[in-house]
Amino acid sequence: MKKWRMIIDVERCEDCNCCYMACKDEHCDNSFPGYSPGQPKHGHRWIEIFRKERGKGSLTDVFYLPVPCMHCNNPQCMTKAKNGAIKRRSDGIILIDPEKALGQKELVDACPYGAIYWNDEMNIPQKCTFCAHLINDKWKAPRCVQACPTGALRAVCVEDEEFREIIDKEGLAPYKPELGTDPNVFYKNLDRFTKAFIAASVAKRVDGISDCAEGAHVTLIKDGKKIGELITDNYGDFKFDGLEENSGAYTISIEADGFREKTMEVHLTESIYMGDIYL
Amino acid sequence: MHAKRIIFEVLLFGMYQVLKHTARKYPAFRERLNEHNCLVQLRLKDKSAGRYLQFENGRIKSKRGLHSHPDAELIFDSADSAVQTFASPRDFQGRIDAAKNFRFLPTGPEVLTTWFMELLSLMQSANVLLKGDYGIDLGNGVKRYTNLTTGGPVFVYVKGGRILRVTPIEFDESDAQPWTIEARGKSFTPPRKATVSQYALAIKSMVYSPDRLLYPMKRIDFDPEGERNCQNRGISGYERITWDEALDIVANEIRRVKKQYGPGAIFSSHGSHHMLGNIGYWCSALARLTNSIGTSICINNPDSWEGWHWGAEHHWGNSMRVGGLEPYGTVEDCLKECEMVVFWSSDPESTGGVYHAMDGTIRRFWLKDLGIKVVHIDPYLNHTAGLLGGKWLAPRPGAGNAMALAIAYVWMTEGLYDRDYVAERTTGFEKWREYVLGKEDGIPKTPEWQEAETGVAAKDVRALAREWGSKRTYLGVGGPGNMVGGAGREATGTEWARSMVCLMAMQGLGKPGVNMGNLQFATPLDTKFFFPGYAEGGMGGDVFGMSELILNMYQRMPQMPTLNTVKQLVPRLRIPEALKGESIEAYMTAHLTTNEQFLKFGYPAPGHSPIKLYYKYGGSYIGTMNDTNRFVKSYRNDKLEFVVNQSIWNEGEARFADIILPACTNFERWDIGESGNCGGFNQNSYLGLNHRLMVMQHKCIEPIGESKSDYDICYEIAKRLDLGLYYSEGMSDYDWCRRLFDGTDLPKVISWRKFLRKGYYVVPAPSEARRDPVAMRWYQEGRKKDTPEAPPAPCDYVGNWLEGVATQTGKIEFECSSLKRFDPNDPERPTITKFIPSWEGIHTTELFEKFPLQLITPHARYSYHTHQDGKDSFINDIKDHRTLIGGYYYWIIRLNPVDADARYVTDGDLVKVYNDRGAVICAAQVTRRVRPGVVHSYTSCAKYEPIGDPGYSPDRGGCMNLLTPSRNIIKRSHSHAANSCLVQIEKWQEEVK
Repeated sequence: MKKWRMIIDVERCEDCNCCYMACKDEHCDNSFPGYSPGQPKHGHRWIEIFRKERGKGSLTDVFYLPVPCMHCNNPQCMTKAKNGAIKRRSDGIILIDPEKALGQKELVDACPYGAIYWNDEMNIPQKCTFCAHLINDKWKAPRCVQACPTGALRAVCVEDEEFREIIDKEGLAPYKPELGTDPNVFYKNLDRFTKAFIAASVAKRVDGISDCAEGAHVTLIKDGKKIGELITDNYGDFKFDGLEENSGAYTISIEADGFREKTMEVHLTESIYMGDIYL
Repeated sequence: MHAKRIIFEVLLFGMYQVLKHTARKYPAFRERLNEHNCLVQLRLKDKSAGRYLQFENGRIKSKRGLHSHPDAELIFDSADSAVQTFASPRDFQGRIDAAKNFRFLPTGPEVLTTWFMELLSLMQSANVLLKGDYGIDLGNGVKRYTNLTTGGPVFVYVKGGRILRVTPIEFDESDAQPWTIEARGKSFTPPRKATVSQYALAIKSMVYSPDRLLYPMKRIDFDPEGERNCQNRGISGYERITWDEALDIVANEIRRVKKQYGPGAIFSSHGSHHMLGNIGYWCSALARLTNSIGTSICINNPDSWEGWHWGAEHHWGNSMRVGGLEPYGTVEDCLKECEMVVFWSSDPESTGGVYHAMDGTIRRFWLKDLGIKVVHIDPYLNHTAGLLGGKWLAPRPGAGNAMALAIAYVWMTEGLYDRDYVAERTTGFEKWREYVLGKEDGIPKTPEWQEAETGVAAKDVRALAREWGSKRTYLGVGGPGNMVGGAGREATGTEWARSMVCLMAMQGLGKPGVNMGNLQFATPLDTKFFFPGYAEGGMGGDVFGMSELILNMYQRMPQMPTLNTVKQLVPRLRIPEALKGESIEAYMTAHLTTNEQFLKFGYPAPGHSPIKLYYKYGGSYIGTMNDTNRFVKSYRNDKLEFVVNQSIWNEGEARFADIILPACTNFERWDIGESGNCGGFNQNSYLGLNHRLMVMQHKCIEPIGESKSDYDICYEIAKRLDLGLYYSEGMSDYDWCRRLFDGTDLPKVISWRKFLRKGYYVVPAPSEARRDPVAMRWYQEGRKKDTPEAPPAPCDYVGNWLEGVATQTGKIEFECSSLKRFDPNDPERPTITKFIPSWEGIHTTELFEKFPLQLITPHARYSYHTHQDGKDSFINDIKDHRTLIGGYYYWIIRLNPVDADARYVTDGDLVKVYNDRGAVICAAQVTRRVRPGVVHSYTSCAKYEPIGDPGYSPDRGGCMNLLTPSRNIIKRSHSHAANSCLVQIEKWQEEVK
């Protein structure tokens, strides 16, 4: 059976919020019986966008993580719902039945991704429906995906096996797999959001003039083992990305023609820009 | 003659039959017939033939011949004229001819002649206007219409008279295929859809906003016949009145003020970009009215452009695009030839060029695909930098051209520039070289020298200069890439923009891979297909105004010319002083020639009255102009006797009016337009899009409340001044759309009927061989100009037509001939570009000690000017737009952790941002995206909600422009420097009620 999945490329998201606006356009003030009653005008974020800033100064970077309902294969909300208030369709889309879910406020906390919201006025939990009413009407994608101008959001309806192939080919990963919910939303370049970097700008002083040290050889060492090598660019910059946050001590060694090798210890908690390092 | 007379009589008989038929078919038409009981006579002037129509209680009778006591008459000089006017409804040249030469003479009460002409026009379009035969029926009671926003074209789904949803337009199989660019072994094609900005998707929340003005209102303590209580503007409340009451007050005030004070006493000005379309816009529907009334003219400062207009223009003679560069062919050239793109004060991901929605984003990803390096120079790690990565250099604001001079220094001393180009294509280099190298003033402009000004390490600037000097590099400035940018809106903005030209001249502007752009502008679209932009004036008839009707529409859509003979000019940035009757001097904003900007004008103009009546249209200046407590205070002033505000929403400024006229959005009325097309001063601006798309802007729903279209409001006022037929030419806004359609190239490729149904047309991209040449390539190769635009004017060439640029030497000038002529010793604007410290910045020691943070306020990302902000729109929920604290959506100020910590401010705190000009309460966002010492917020907040006395108390709405200076960048200009603004920030701990 083919199932709907969403693929989100972190490197292509720039917080334009077209997805979020399209979601509100579709669901606020519009009720789709059998799918979902209307979303309140304010307060719900059926597609939430998280921001992450890494580094500092000239080597700051910023990434965004759009998080809709993950339409999990192992949904914790469904397990906790009473009266079968949350159902999974054969195409993978998970829907909340507003009548059965009446008053079940605890479902808001049942989602480990925080994707369920409480509608105070109607006394019901609500969330992203993958625009199932449109999918049933032969739309090719939910509103958020249709509105995404950068190609960061993609929707596919494929068999499990085909999706596994896509995952392998594109290097996709789920967000917080440790939650064990087996989500159907996968991310590309997720490391940009979840991992950390060590970066610096290597410089030299010759005859009293400072210049960027291009072409310096930088080695990253962890527990006595070389785990990365980079050559500095024309600004003397290097950036070892994809490291685990809070992963402890690293050694950086810098070699450049005409200078003594320089070694430094770094303790990594979150991404760190070490600033200028003079040879 | 006899035969013609017979045709005339047959025509009149036919008219009667069709009127009757239409009345039988459409009850709504019968209702219109019922509006007047009267007798309308149509006849030839010599009384040799005629027919009269008698309307009584919605019924219609008619008889051949002449009636002795008609209520109104339509008199034709000859049968020919009648045939021209009525028989060939699409022969507008004929109609105008008949009217202009008095061959067609309507007489009698305006209310009857306009009504009768409206009936005739409605009769012809009854199936559309009364039966709703337009758009696509999707079944289940859903219709899909099309419309246009400043953030792209949209499909509008409507059910039961309400907007159901708004989506981007995805093309169908019958729409034209897009272009493909082959570059370095790869093919690049844009997707077959039109993107939108996020605010285009928030339309529903704005159309149905609780801040909509639903009916005409009068300030409660304003009495046109008695006490006006001007001092209470902004304080006292409003009462609902009828349209007739409101329009009568406005028309009476217009007449009174003209009689009492003479020319100049009426003033009209407008915000820009709130809606899009050729008919219902300020330079169309409003201009036709204000020209007909005669108003003092608001001269817009070259707002977003500033430095380009007052500075750069003198080096390369580009007066069109307000000093910016022609954009053609640069997307293809950049992808094929360029090795690096420098984004300098350039954030297309936030501002979308001008109206380019998100179309440019996909193209910038191609830079990544091709491995083309990017560098970003901006005090804020802007969203383009965030998305693309690359090196980020963060100079202090107001450091102007210090970094540029240092780059030039490296190029000069290390031989990293194009000597041949400089020798053959430019003049004055030696003089500038002497200055840069320090021979003139003893200060070599080294990278080390600039470090003290910009705060950017010398080594980084040297590295950038060396790479730039040795790689084929594009320079992208501002959102569009070829103009504007926040650095041009600083006290040093003129010098910054001038330096950008000089740097490009050193590198050989126009060579393959060496040009200006950031992939936002200049896609290979068909520039030969004619469809006007809004600045070409629509139905404004404006011959002399900024609409530049002369360029295209005059020939393409013949219409009655409108002339505003009032010659009093009001510089927009000095409106508050003008409203108070103070004397003002300013210099002209010029689009047609550089030299016009040297012309000084004064207010009040000799023999003209100061302003007594202010007709304000559109968005709130309190959010967009500078030092705007001035605007607030100036309203509370007895010299300003009457203020009418025509707006869609109750924005910050509307509540300073005496009468408020509620306009509707363009989803509630008819219009027609092209996505991203400004025309006029910014020709071919649609080149920022991936597709040329003309859109029928359907009337999707009925106007909300009692609101009316701008066209109808202006028309109603015109009627009260007996200008109704002159204003409308007997047509509705729908008729004008059709008339404009007829004046474009669309009828050659799509029928009106099909266009009306489908709602859009995609112009096929030209074949590769038909693509436009690359900007400035002609110049670099020493050929005649071959890019597709008319300006500069033929007389602005010093040699042969089309040879060289429009400077006095015909070359790009490092030393400007125009400035030498104007004032060779002006310390504020020297003949070569020099470093001039900011008049509000780190060098203004005393002020800097008091207000040690430099505030920059770029154009807002999530709202086009004030238009989508506030209003309880969806946009407020965007986390980076406003922050919800204690039930109130606060405007955001962004500050570095270093500056936040020093003030015990944490993320999400309320803070007071203030200086001597005002105070704004904002939500703090603590971020490393902004360099220490600089704070970032956006301009153009819609709300103005002072917590105390308006004009004298902190604003919690978020009008950062209460804080920005109103001083001109240079004295002899009319310019602002919003990004040279010193402030202090402290935690806000008081309770706000």
